[in-house]
Amino acid sequence: MPANLSARLCSFALSLFLIAFALPAFAGPFEDAVAKFANDDYSDTEEAIGVVASSGNTLAFPIISALQDGRLMADLDSKKVYVTGADGKSIDAATGQPVARVPDSASAVRLNNRLRRSVDAAVGSLTLMSPDLGMRLQAAQSVFKSHEEAALEAVEGALAKETNRAVKATLGDARAAILLYKSDATEVQKLEAVATIKARGDQEALALLTGIGSDQPASVTKAAASAIGSIQSSLAVWSMVQNAWYGLSLGSVLLLAAIGLAITFGVMGVINMAHGEMVMIGAYTTFVVQEVIRTRYPVLFDYSLLIAVPLAFLVAGALGVVIERSIIRFLYGRPLETLLATWGLSLVLQQAVRTMFGPTNREVGNPSWMSGAFELGQITITYNRLWILCFTLAVFAILLAMLRYTALGLEMRAVTQNRRMAASMGIATSRVDALTFGLGSGIAGIAGVALSQIDNVSPNLGQSYIIDSFMVVVFGGVGNLWGTLVGAFTLGIANKFLEPVAGAVLGKIAILVLIILFIQKRPRGLFALKGRAVEA
Amino acid sequence: MTPHMLTRSLDRGATIFLAVVAACGILIPLSNLLLPAGSFLQVPTYLVALWGKYVCYALLALSIDLIWGYCGILSLGHGAFFALGGYAMGMYLMRQIGTRGVYGNPVLPDFMVFLNYSKLPWYWYGFDMFWFAALMVLVVPGLLAFCFGWLAFRSRVTGVYLSIITQAMTYALLLAFFRNDFGFGGNNGLTDFKDILGFNVQAEGTRAALFTLSCLALIVGFLICRAIVSSKLGKVLIAVRDAESRTRFLGYRVESYKLFVFTVSACMAGVAGALYVPQVGIINPSEFAPGNSIEAVIWVAVGGRGTLVGAALGAVVVNYAKTFFTSGMLAPYWLFMLGAMFILVTLLLPKGIVGTFNAWWDSSKEKRNAATRASAAAEDGVTEPKMAE
Repeated sequence: MPANLSARLCSFALSLFLIAFALPAFAGPFEDAVAKFANDDYSDTEEAIGVVASSGNTLAFPIISALQDGRLMADLDSKKVYVTGADGKSIDAATGQPVARVPDSASAVRLNNRLRRSVDAAVGSLTLMSPDLGMRLQAAQSVFKSHEEAALEAVEGALAKETNRAVKATLGDARAAILLYKSDATEVQKLEAVATIKARGDQEALALLTGIGSDQPASVTKAAASAIGSIQSSLAVWSMVQNAWYGLSLGSVLLLAAIGLAITFGVMGVINMAHGEMVMIGAYTTFVVQEVIRTRYPVLFDYSLLIAVPLAFLVAGALGVVIERSIIRFLYGRPLETLLATWGLSLVLQQAVRTMFGPTNREVGNPSWMSGAFELGQITITYNRLWILCFTLAVFAILLAMLRYTALGLEMRAVTQNRRMAASMGIATSRVDALTFGLGSGIAGIAGVALSQIDNVSPNLGQSYIIDSFMVVVFGGVGNLWGTLVGAFTLGIANKFLEPVAGAVLGKIAILVLIILFIQKRPRGLFALKGRAVEA
Repeated sequence: MTPHMLTRSLDRGATIFLAVVAACGILIPLSNLLLPAGSFLQVPTYLVALWGKYVCYALLALSIDLIWGYCGILSLGHGAFFALGGYAMGMYLMRQIGTRGVYGNPVLPDFMVFLNYSKLPWYWYGFDMFWFAALMVLVVPGLLAFCFGWLAFRSRVTGVYLSIITQAMTYALLLAFFRNDFGFGGNNGLTDFKDILGFNVQAEGTRAALFTLSCLALIVGFLICRAIVSSKLGKVLIAVRDAESRTRFLGYRVESYKLFVFTVSACMAGVAGALYVPQVGIINPSEFAPGNSIEAVIWVAVGGRGTLVGAALGAVVVNYAKTFFTSGMLAPYWLFMLGAMFILVTLLLPKGIVGTFNAWWDSSKEKRNAATRASAAAEDGVTEPKMAE
């Protein structure tokens, strides 16, 4: 695009802008300009765009954007212009009054390439001045990406008026981007622009800097090259940080799913293949709680998870106690049979939930405090992942404290270490068994509440976690909660660092193979129990 | 006295079992081919294929019983060996399609043309020859089992840990075979087979022959298992099952025994898979699903662990029940029944059908013997001797 032409266009638009301000409104320059759209003449249309864009009229944006999309209809005979909305309703462009229907003689206002550019620039500058903060930010970002020279005036005008810091920074970046690509900008301007874009330091800045042509002054090319280098190295660091965060997030999910298993399998030695179904039941408890809240007390929706957590613990825990009393206690000392019976139980529970709630995914909503995200440097952190990480660590700490400081915890450890000795000291071992199993199941239920926020709540929810959970417990070492913690985060982070290299599925396969090999090396996991308990 | 009677009763069971399988293997195909369609005694072709499937499952169950029932190795990944054998056979069948595929490529199977493969991957070489494919049916599962077992048994991974890592193995294979670039047809697997050794796979004669072959494989597999478990080696296996550490301290190389029997079992599972594929006409990654392997274990548990006959019987009974219930109005309840079967069999029928029957038979025989002895003693005028216990 010839630069001088667009410069002329801009100054033309600016002069029109001044004129529009100079003239009092009664003459109706806006209405006159709108009528010019109906002349079917390119130069009249151009004039009209300039006047309308700078009019400050509330109709300006609808008109220009309709023109952009070919929705601005003009009747050449009556000189009336209409805006057809995307919803099919139409208004009179000059007055804003709704019209029943656009006459058949009206046709879309025609554009050529030159006009299209001025329309784009007009849309950009109109939204840059928009009273809506989000819209301004978006407009500034789109100018930054397109770095269209025609928008320079508008950007500078907006920059002078802007009060919001974020928008102002983006506008500054946009101005720098335009100047960097503007052929008649001075060397000093360009160097400044490079510095501004370097400070931004993200993928887009990198693309912008790599895209400058070879016709730049030598100093600018050099500055750009060094900026590219420093952005690339900082981006590499950020991508490591990003992977680490994803890994922590995955690790927290794994830990949450495995922590109940660490109690039932790790501490009690019961292979509970129905563990995943306890997680699923926790998730469905959340669903039921939210349904009740939605229909009865919609104000409480933000508290739905706080209500669901204890409820899920009770439901899954009670079910766990029932399962222990009715099935598992007959199978102590026969781990392989326990495995089969609990697998059967998992089929029954899945089918029961499928019958009650249907086979499809049920919707569980995020409360407002769990939706959304914030930016930390170059990475985006979603609130739900952050909350789940905190929640997992809290559950882990509470469980650890419970095992260490409460009477029940003491009894549990005693029974695990030496059942017969514990029994002869007067501990009711069968009661402790039932409660331990209930505790493990209850924690699985709590995990279900958290997982319902990031996963599909369906009858198959539990199955997708069961193999991973066992891997975590076996990898970390049976009978050791810290092992489970370390195991979960190690697997999570290893998985996310392998993913960019090998792809999601191959990464997962690699992890499975590595665990299989690791178990050969250390059959009892990372943190193995020592002493007599080993050869049970 | 009791062990002697046990072997005798097993022998009787084995004879009956072999006779029944042989009779089925001969009579069902004959009735299918010779009797006119619609006749009362004629077995329709779809039933031949269905029963052929059951026979393959019975062979898989037999292979699981060999390691679980006699050596205490609970593999939750035996479906992987079954599927690998199936894939080896499927690859042969794919190569036999030749130019009759949709794309008419003489070398590349349809899915490879579709996925823009320029030439055949190296691991597909040789599968156009039947003898090579048949060899691979044994070698691939056997080799995987050998490597896996060599690592696992040498580092003394036992019990539940072994079960969990075998499950991880089949899960990893499931994920791998789902990938398109793995070269095995991805999600869709291998299907649309045309002929095997020049005979049309769909033809009634071929189906009948495959059924007879499956029965033959089941008989041979059963005889191999019987030979293993009744030899001295088998006694050591049972010792490993019941007291692994003690056996090791007695000077036996436990890991070698386990590795041998695990590899043999994997080969048997591979053969079962290879016979299964031409009869059902498809092999896809879902055969690797961990759930399938666990289901196969429950067949053995239902029939009777450590009885061989029971494993085969369990496979047929459970799968017949599955076909029966999933095709009728009771379909939504099938999973309830399967789940309940897992729970009830482990709780109430730990020896399975055949094991419970054997125990009942032996105890009633004991009673009859005791009664005869008692009456004989009464006739001799001697009081009941205490030494009989």
